[in-house]
Amino acid sequence: MLKKVTEGPAGYMPQSAPYMGVELAPEGQALLYGNKVSEEEAMRDAAKALLTRDNPTIFPGPQVLWDWKDDVAAKAEALLELASEIPNCKIIPMPDYRPKYPKIDVKAEINPNHPNLTILDNKIKACVFVGVHCHYANLTLRMIRAGTDCYTVALCAYMGHEEAMASIRDLHAEDIHKFKEIVIEERNKLGIEWETTLPPENPSLPKEDLTTLSPADYGEYRSLIMTRKGEHVTEVE
Amino acid sequence: MSPNPEKKLEKTLVDINYLLKEAPREKHFITGAQAMAEAVKRASVDMAIAYPITPQSEVMHLVGDIYAQGHIKEYYRAEEELGTMSAIAGAARAGVRLFTATSGPGLLRGLEAIVSWPGHRVPAVLGILTRVINAPLSIQPDNIEMAYMMHCGAVMLHAENQQDTFDFTLAAFAIAEKVDVYIPVAVATEGFFVTHAKGYVEMTPEDMALTEFDPVAAPVPAMDNETPPARIQRDAPVQKSNFMSYLIHAVWQQEIWDSNKRAMKYIYEYLGGPIEVKNPESDVFLIASGCAAAQAREAWRYAQEAGLSVGLIKVRAIRPFPIDEIRDAVKNAKSIIVPEHNIIGWLCKEVKAAIPNGGIVTEGPRVYGGMTLPVELIMKEIHNSLGLEYDLKL
Repeated sequence: MLKKVTEGPAGYMPQSAPYMGVELAPEGQALLYGNKVSEEEAMRDAAKALLTRDNPTIFPGPQVLWDWKDDVAAKAEALLELASEIPNCKIIPMPDYRPKYPKIDVKAEINPNHPNLTILDNKIKACVFVGVHCHYANLTLRMIRAGTDCYTVALCAYMGHEEAMASIRDLHAEDIHKFKEIVIEERNKLGIEWETTLPPENPSLPKEDLTTLSPADYGEYRSLIMTRKGEHVTEVE
Repeated sequence: MSPNPEKKLEKTLVDINYLLKEAPREKHFITGAQAMAEAVKRASVDMAIAYPITPQSEVMHLVGDIYAQGHIKEYYRAEEELGTMSAIAGAARAGVRLFTATSGPGLLRGLEAIVSWPGHRVPAVLGILTRVINAPLSIQPDNIEMAYMMHCGAVMLHAENQQDTFDFTLAAFAIAEKVDVYIPVAVATEGFFVTHAKGYVEMTPEDMALTEFDPVAAPVPAMDNETPPARIQRDAPVQKSNFMSYLIHAVWQQEIWDSNKRAMKYIYEYLGGPIEVKNPESDVFLIASGCAAAQAREAWRYAQEAGLSVGLIKVRAIRPFPIDEIRDAVKNAKSIIVPEHNIIGWLCKEVKAAIPNGGIVTEGPRVYGGMTLPVELIMKEIHNSLGLEYDLKL
């Protein structure tokens, strides 16, 4: 297979994958190194990368971090199961898209305006983006390809991403389950012994004491814990 | 206009493929302005904002009428064009289907806001009813303003006639809202020649409309303060003086042009492709868009009657520009003629840049300042290209 899109660093200002001739995969197919392939082929390559490269990490975006739509909780649960099957996998969220000034906590989060900082600082060589809105996912994936040697996997609820090494489109919870099974199969083929283990707690987040928690504890994310549509909160501080 | 409509019209909602390709059609004899407004009527538009300046066209007046009839949920007249276009950008943040139209000096007045739409991922449809923009002031048709729009990232379609105006406007909503596109689509046509002149338009039923806008199926979150992930601000990165700030802006710009490029597959799907080719084996090709394509088509017909080896390429999509398609279509051509309704010849420049042998391109004939484009001018260039005499009588 001719690899049109590969791990970087691609350089100072690389051409975008679409302008390199990469087209999004049609329904029922996936992208692998910019080529249209079966979903399973892309998943197997992605699984091998996550199993064999240093510091595999899943980056969940807002669309799977909040329980805002019917299928989201199932997806989030499936992602935890997936992370549990990848040895030493971490989860670092992309909770929002605002640039982090003056400095991002690269152990705690990733941001689409400077994603390479989190990738480089944590020495992440394979990662999965899931639940990130497509515009921001494309920016993120391109910047990672430009400035790092990280293998990127995009799990997308819509049409996928040309910039990722492996891109799965029309993602549902069952697709994540399928990916997990492929990870286990490939892990066994590689002879990697691993006991299903949840990823570690995010080291930068303070322990939450739910008995005393108030909106103020969420700092700049306070606006994100406002009531949900239809939810009526009777007890407030 | 006073806010009216709590009117909720009963319509059958259908997808764009059905609406454009399968829905029954009825022939009407209407102006181009009416054709654009009739398309808006069938597009389940949530909001239209306008500064309906004279000498624009009737489009936004007619859209005001169809708002009053209940076909559009919200409509208001902004203070001027910059306000209109800024308001469109603001409304888009809420995740609604938007339409506006402008023209000539109005387009330029709104341009500062319009050129920021693609970067802000505003999937609005913009009607451009072309007019002279240069001094001395004129209200006549001339499409030079399209040149100012061509480098902002928006998708641009150029309608030849009233039928195109109807179909392109409907398709524009579907193209703009695709998750992998999600940038504005401009539908341009010539003021006066198309907007004020009547032609036959095959229209879909008035009680049938495009499926409603889905603000969730988007590459950016809509600002819905009641839905958790969408509460996230779509703040653009603040431009600091460091490499990361430059890089995010650079990849952001790339993303807009990537999105523009991705629109091409939908132009194929909904409009049959970015170009129409007649007589692909010809020695001489006429390449034209918009109203000039109508005149070129007539010249092409004359040439057929005279037995001349002349082909016609009508360019429907100005952005993304059909570079590969034109290069392939004229690979054996000996001469290319590009008639245009502007002085700078923006289409001619695009064609020359697209092909390896730009020397075969004849610049013109061009008319501007409101002048009509006589078919005879094109016939003269055809004869010149073929080494034939032509007695030009106007």
